[in-house]
Amino acid sequence: MSFSPLAAVKTESFEPPNPQEFYQRFFGHGDWSFTRPMVLFLVVGVVVCTFLVMTTRKAAIVPSKGQWLTEQVYAPIRNGIAQDIIGTKEFLKYVPLLFAVFCTLLLSNLMSVIPFFQFPPTGRVAFPIALTLFVYVIYQAIAFKRKGVVGYLKSLIPPGLPMWIRPMILVLEIITYFITRPVTLALRLFGNMFAGHMLLLLFITGGEFMLLHQDGFQYKIFGIGSFLMAVLMTLFEILIEFLQAYIFTLLAATYIADSIATEH
Amino acid sequence: MQGNIAILGYGLSAIGPGVGIGLIFAAYINGVARQPEARGMLQSIAILGFALAEALAIFGLVLAFVFK
Repeated sequence: MSFSPLAAVKTESFEPPNPQEFYQRFFGHGDWSFTRPMVLFLVVGVVVCTFLVMTTRKAAIVPSKGQWLTEQVYAPIRNGIAQDIIGTKEFLKYVPLLFAVFCTLLLSNLMSVIPFFQFPPTGRVAFPIALTLFVYVIYQAIAFKRKGVVGYLKSLIPPGLPMWIRPMILVLEIITYFITRPVTLALRLFGNMFAGHMLLLLFITGGEFMLLHQDGFQYKIFGIGSFLMAVLMTLFEILIEFLQAYIFTLLAATYIADSIATEH
Repeated sequence: MQGNIAILGYGLSAIGPGVGIGLIFAAYINGVARQPEARGMLQSIAILGFALAEALAIFGLVLAFVFK
């Protein structure tokens, strides 16, 4: 990115943020290094565990403020996602999984905008992959356990298809169930968090560069505009972060429901 | 002028999901306008459709950085 040569004589050129900056190592080397997202994810785990234990240990019929807050998050997950999608019969078994996934994701996404942390662990692809593997293994295990290998493969084909088209549909459905679903589940979360954080970085570093390192009236105006956009995008990011945590949980519930359902 | 042509791929892959997401939310707004009490049910369906339609754009974004 090059700014016009009008004023840029003495200043260094602007370096746009690049993906390498997301790799922030504290100590260790290579595969065994200890990085910033790991620290943040540990913080998320500790905070979520402490908060949930603290607010639900003395659960009462007339809830305290903390318990009320937990229930406000718990109710939509239990009723809105689990019950509606998995079905009233056996949704209760999967509520803890969905609730844990939602809480972890919500807080680790929000780490992107919480002051002093300001980095989403889910913006590193390893974390979405790990969470997705968790969901993936669970929904495949349920399907294999319920239907058996042959039954599972049979349930992939919609009933009433002509004979000659069934092998093609089977291949397509196997690709969907075993490759596309987990890949999109992980990449959707990663892509949204990564792109959003990158956008914030770009607006803020660009605004800082134009305000402080460039002479000329027009750069000050653009710099201020860039900062205003950063504020706007931060608000947008918060919305996206809630939405992505919700979508991940929703899709996990959908996949589990698919594994339980006996018909296609 | 210099840059990475893979970014153009991201731009192209964002066209389809852009149209698709627009259609999904248009249908959602239509549905809520006609039947406001169905909002809760329609909302989760709309967000589900949005998430699925978005996948292609996300692939484009990731591949843009992969083929650097």
